[in-house]
Amino acid sequence: MIFEVIVNVSLKEAVLDPAGQSTGKILHNMGFGVENVRIGKQIKMNLNAENMNEAKENARQMAEKLLANPVLETYDIVVKEL
Amino acid sequence: MKVGIIIFPGSNCDVDTIEAVEQLGAQALPLWYTEKSLKDAERLILPGGFSYGDYLRSGALAAQAPIMEAVEKAIAEDELPVLGICNGFQILCERGLLPGALRPNSSGEFRCTWEYMRITSVPRGLSGLKEGDVLRMPIAHHEGAYAVNPGQLQPLFENHQVFLQYSDEMGSVHALTNPQGSVANIAGICQGPVVGLMPHPERAMQSYFGSADGHRFLRAWLGEGSQ
Repeated sequence: MIFEVIVNVSLKEAVLDPAGQSTGKILHNMGFGVENVRIGKQIKMNLNAENMNEAKENARQMAEKLLANPVLETYDIVVKEL
Repeated sequence: MKVGIIIFPGSNCDVDTIEAVEQLGAQALPLWYTEKSLKDAERLILPGGFSYGDYLRSGALAAQAPIMEAVEKAIAEDELPVLGICNGFQILCERGLLPGALRPNSSGEFRCTWEYMRITSVPRGLSGLKEGDVLRMPIAHHEGAYAVNPGQLQPLFENHQVFLQYSDEMGSVHALTNPQGSVANIAGICQGPVVGLMPHPERAMQSYFGSADGHRFLRAWLGEGSQ
């Protein structure tokens, strides 16, 4: 079975995000009332797995081992059957 | 002639560009990115570098810096000649003052090499260069692969906006002379008085540095403003 896996990686709240800060400052200059702008990453893929549980477990391992750095980042996973 | 050179936070080719312009007999006028006016600049260069640390996308944040409103206005109202080099080219594309965008190199690598390139069409106002001339200048970038939306490429050629293409020494443009996956080997684009290119003419000012073709290019761009 093929699953669509989406892993959203974000910096932990306490971690400084200079890219987000600069982007927030520019958005503010452009006239938008924004605060606390944070930049994350979305990693999207198709995954071959036997069932939903296996797909979720694979996604979790990919996030833990490579896609997110647990020291700095948190992640959430969305898995959907294709 | 006074040539305004905009310095953004993270520009790092500004000093070389000032030096290059002055070598050519023009007066360099450094302009800080927070300025609201271009003072009495008669031409403008957006130099290379890594404005705003390349955050979000290369050039995306600098494209919204305060001075860019004045740049846009001067182009629209006074046809001010503007040259964007490397990050300056990215900024002009992000602001919509030039068509297309620069995406990450297809190799995934930062490319820092000397390249040959052919003048495919002479941008308005450049003198002393002709179609088919081959220049040798360095590139140094990670996001330098020129890209356009589907259907946008042919009009760029038809309107003579593709002025510079990576080529071999003889001026022949083919896949082997494409350093980073630019569509149609495009190295530079122009639109009215606005010219942008990824290669660095300010780093090719003397033959003992590897090439003086940047000197030739900038002299052509300065036109009668150079000596």
